[in-house]
Amino acid sequence: MKVIVSARNNDLDGEVDPRFGRGVCFLLIDLESDDYETIDNSSGAGATQGAGVLAAQKVAATGAKAVLTGHCGPKAYNLLDEAGITVYTGIEGTVREAVARFRAGELESAGNADVDSHW
Amino acid sequence: MKEVVVCSGKGGTGKTSLTAAFAALARGKVLADCDVDAADLHLVLAPERRRSEPFSGGREAVIDPDRCEGCGSCRDVCEFGAISEEDDGRGGSIFKVDPFACEGCGVCVHFCPSDAIEYPPVIAGEWYVSDTRHGPMVHARLRPGAENSGKLVTLVREEARKLADARDAGLLLVDGPPGIGCPVTAAITGSDLVVAVTEPGVSGLHDLERLLDLAAHFRIPVAVCINKSDINPDFTARIESECARRDLPVVGTIPFDPAFTRAQLRGLSVVEDETSPAAAAVDGIWRETLSIISKL
Amino acid sequence: MAVKIAVASGKGGTGKTTVATNLAAVAAGAGRPVHLCDCDVEEPNAHLFVRPEFDERRDVTVALPVVDVGLCEHCGACAEICAFNAIAPMPERTVIFEDLCHACGGCRLVCPNGAISDGSKRIGRLETGAARGFRFTHGRLDIGQVRVPPLIEAVQALEKPGEFVIRDAPPGVTCPTVAALRGADFALLVTEPTPFGLHDLAAAVELVRALALPCGVVVNRDGAGDDRVARYCADEGIQLLPGIPFSRDVARAVSRGELIVDVLPEMREIFVSLLDAVTERLDHPDTVREVRT
Repeated sequence: MKVIVSARNNDLDGEVDPRFGRGVCFLLIDLESDDYETIDNSSGAGATQGAGVLAAQKVAATGAKAVLTGHCGPKAYNLLDEAGITVYTGIEGTVREAVARFRAGELESAGNADVDSHW
Repeated sequence: MKEVVVCSGKGGTGKTSLTAAFAALARGKVLADCDVDAADLHLVLAPERRRSEPFSGGREAVIDPDRCEGCGSCRDVCEFGAISEEDDGRGGSIFKVDPFACEGCGVCVHFCPSDAIEYPPVIAGEWYVSDTRHGPMVHARLRPGAENSGKLVTLVREEARKLADARDAGLLLVDGPPGIGCPVTAAITGSDLVVAVTEPGVSGLHDLERLLDLAAHFRIPVAVCINKSDINPDFTARIESECARRDLPVVGTIPFDPAFTRAQLRGLSVVEDETSPAAAAVDGIWRETLSIISKL
Repeated sequence: MAVKIAVASGKGGTGKTTVATNLAAVAAGAGRPVHLCDCDVEEPNAHLFVRPEFDERRDVTVALPVVDVGLCEHCGACAEICAFNAIAPMPERTVIFEDLCHACGGCRLVCPNGAISDGSKRIGRLETGAARGFRFTHGRLDIGQVRVPPLIEAVQALEKPGEFVIRDAPPGVTCPTVAALRGADFALLVTEPTPFGLHDLAAAVELVRALALPCGVVVNRDGAGDDRVARYCADEGIQLLPGIPFSRDVARAVSRGELIVDVLPEMREIFVSLLDAVTERLDHPDTVREVRT
């Protein structure tokens, strides 16, 4: 199974980026092999509007089944939900720590967007 | 940190004057002027700019007259009537984009068979971080004719919030935009309290109701302040009834007072100038507002 | 004389609606075929003062793409062309975000299968009718709607040739005001003689100059401030039209929804001379004059 974590850089020991739509990049982590790949989000981060919409499409195309992030707006949430991807918000710390907590079943999925629509 | 946005619905009710006075009275706050279309708060607060950044709102289409072959495909696909035909001076046509009508959708760029259309980002304005005698302020200015989508308002708020976090400020005080459009939505969503400044009269009440509907739509608490209340006491009473009906607090009323203009001419907020009925009223209104904030 | 006068202002609350409605009343009284168009669709107020009887009311819509799931191949061309990230092809269906969409038609044009057509979305109401012997039209934007210019354009589409059109523009100098000024012959800029008034007037002047629109300035609440606006107009070579002196009587009448030309004789005189000054200016478009009252 693969999970996506919004990140500030391509380092597993780097900080989770609190923003889903405008985060610096996404780390796509394969939980079976522990391999990971960095997906750049500069087009999303700089979008005039709909950054979350763009990011959600990017994430859906990776085949990931879960997103770990700080904040996720309603448009992105609806798209991820539509694509069958579970969203976890309020995630802090390093990417490695976040994935470990996910594996251990410690994280509770968000039932909804945790922030209003925003730029 | 609590975020309070001063709005009005109708323009000219005293929103900026009140925000400036609150800025003088409040402790431990950061200021944001989100009325980016007609920013006036800086005229009272005399900011010293520490940082200045360009703001890009979107893109625009620009046709290169040398590469344009006059086919008109761009005009045919433009939904906004932004492209017109011109004489190329050699007996043929070229096409030109009106920058004020261009929505920046890029469709003409995509369909131009001669690759003659540039699609650069538009520098639609600037934003600033400044120091004022009442604390740090984030403010901005949109170029006349620019699209006011709310993006710049959001940027100003975000930067102000960052500043408030960095300084451990307990309050973010925002001068909001008038009306009920995108910029107002961008200014109020996620805030803790809207202070709606109105004036008693047919226009004041009409526009206040639309603002209250908008705030209710986003489930944001509102407190109402009635300025120039003695111009029409009957309407002041009607506004108070409407607030009671909606279960919204009225934080106070301010009599019409030339002290506001006098202070503005002196570059001061009304509570920094000579004592006046307006200054006394605003003082009470701020205390009432603080009391509401503390209970949020 | 057929003409389109736009009453605008950088700052809100300077008296645009007061000027537009009273000018309309005086012009109609002088026999002009007036059509008062309230283009401040976010907060339309003119109807409160002229009390029109509407003979037509209808919804105003903008195009919103609709995707035929059966024809969609999930190629993603629509998302690629969309500058606003308003369309998102997902595995099961294509999601469209109404509040991001600018109705540019790009997705519909690029779809290789013709799977996208134009549906419609209501943004507000248009009402037109008559008041006090002249035509009146306004638009009322639905709360929470983001697309403002199309509703303003719908109001303007009802302007007929030969009419003496007076438009009450929205405050400010951004997109909606540009839409309200489009196609006008003259911009009447209303301000107040204060620092806020001057600052925002300068922005309005910048806009009308960029639009190559002749303008004149009306100072409202004259006397409740200083002479900075008059000095600015003199320095910039901008015509200062007859202004409205500050008065509590005016403020009270306006708060009651009254036309000041009805209840205050001195105001009627001022508006008659304002109408004369504006029509004089329109008759002699090449003359740039500073008229001091």
